[in-house]
Amino acid sequence: MIQKPIISAAEAAAKIKPGDVVHVGGFLGCGSPDAIIAAIVSAGVDGLTLVCNDTGIYNEAKGVSNGPAPLVQAKAFKTMIVSHIGTNPETQRQMNSGESEVVLVPQGTLAERIRAAGNGLGGVLTPTGVGTEVEEGKRKLTLKGKDYLLEEALSGDVAIIKAKKADKAGNLVYAKTARNFNPLMATACGTVIVEAEEIVEVGAIDPDQVHTPSIFVDFIVQAE
Amino acid sequence: MIEYVENKEIIARRIARFFASGDVVNLGIGLPTMVGNFVPEGVTVILQSENGMMGLGPAPEKGKEDPMLVNAGGMPVSILPGGCFFDSAMSFGIIRGGHVDYTVLGVLEVDQDGNLANYKIPGKMVPGMGGAMDLVAGSKKVIAATTHLEKSGSSKLKHRCSLPLTAAHEVDIVVTDVGYFTVKDGKFRLEEYFAPYTPEWIVEHTGADVVVAPGCKEFK
Repeated sequence: MIQKPIISAAEAAAKIKPGDVVHVGGFLGCGSPDAIIAAIVSAGVDGLTLVCNDTGIYNEAKGVSNGPAPLVQAKAFKTMIVSHIGTNPETQRQMNSGESEVVLVPQGTLAERIRAAGNGLGGVLTPTGVGTEVEEGKRKLTLKGKDYLLEEALSGDVAIIKAKKADKAGNLVYAKTARNFNPLMATACGTVIVEAEEIVEVGAIDPDQVHTPSIFVDFIVQAE
Repeated sequence: MIEYVENKEIIARRIARFFASGDVVNLGIGLPTMVGNFVPEGVTVILQSENGMMGLGPAPEKGKEDPMLVNAGGMPVSILPGGCFFDSAMSFGIIRGGHVDYTVLGVLEVDQDGNLANYKIPGKMVPGMGGAMDLVAGSKKVIAATTHLEKSGSSKLKHRCSLPLTAAHEVDIVVTDVGYFTVKDGKFRLEEYFAPYTPEWIVEHTGADVVVAPGCKEFK
């Protein structure tokens, strides 16, 4: 089995170019590739478009900054495509001041748009958002008497995701609720970098237990 | 003279009585989460959390939290035997696919046409919809949980929502701290009232069209 390069978080960050669309796994910091996020902050890349469930939790008083929050604080994003920004006041500030654009997408629609991108579909038809602001500018179709919105596939240049375990070929296993968007993003981006808590030999993961097949993964980073 | 006093517990207590064993239920953040504490003995519901699990158990003891095991609000939880984890596409497949029996959500405004607004106050508060739009559009029954009156004294139940909608015409049941309503034919229908409030008081203190159901009774 072909083995994937094991690289440092800094080397992973260097694969992200200004202007890239970056998919970031995790849900309110649970299942986020924290070491790679920190390395991108250090590298100072900006002008990025974020695709993520949320913009992380940022609470200065409690000393909490998780998920993509460190990148938001570093003003790395010109656009953020997310379902929730309520736990990071800096996102709201940048949105209100016009420094960044925030595109709010219903969570299930976000998941499905990413899944579509990785599965060769141009988009999906969903009833979610019909009759709300979400339908503005979108095509509406009526099938068997029910209204649906056409939501287009959402691919990315680079996905940075987090796994509990990776074998050296790139087969991945996620932990508990840290799975969330990670396996979807692994299918939807040109370059996929996984940050794994544990890296094991090829064959050490039971093939029945693999969540993401190795072919989706390009690079592996050891989590700190 | 009846004086209105906010009472979130009665809301949670009444909502919990809708469930039957085997129902799949999604509870939103805040007041809806309280519903889990009042499920009657002998009734076993399966709690689903949209970040990717079902079989949601109680919060773990202090010191036993697992950072990889959280609910949709990012708070530590546990998983009951028989529970399982899945990714976000499966999670919303469960939700949108009509496999959730009840979703319970908080309210900024709810109107007599079953419209719900709970994710945005333009120019003031824009947390985002998270999973709420999918939950409301996809669940079999949508329960809106809210105190009856604002701190200012104005009704949370409206003729028509003025805030951006989370979903149109999807709310089936509204439970407040004065009674429980169904949404029917463009009106709120009072099904039960909670003492000390009376149907007359409720009709007078609701900023929407309310009809009292023929079998309306006091909830005990």
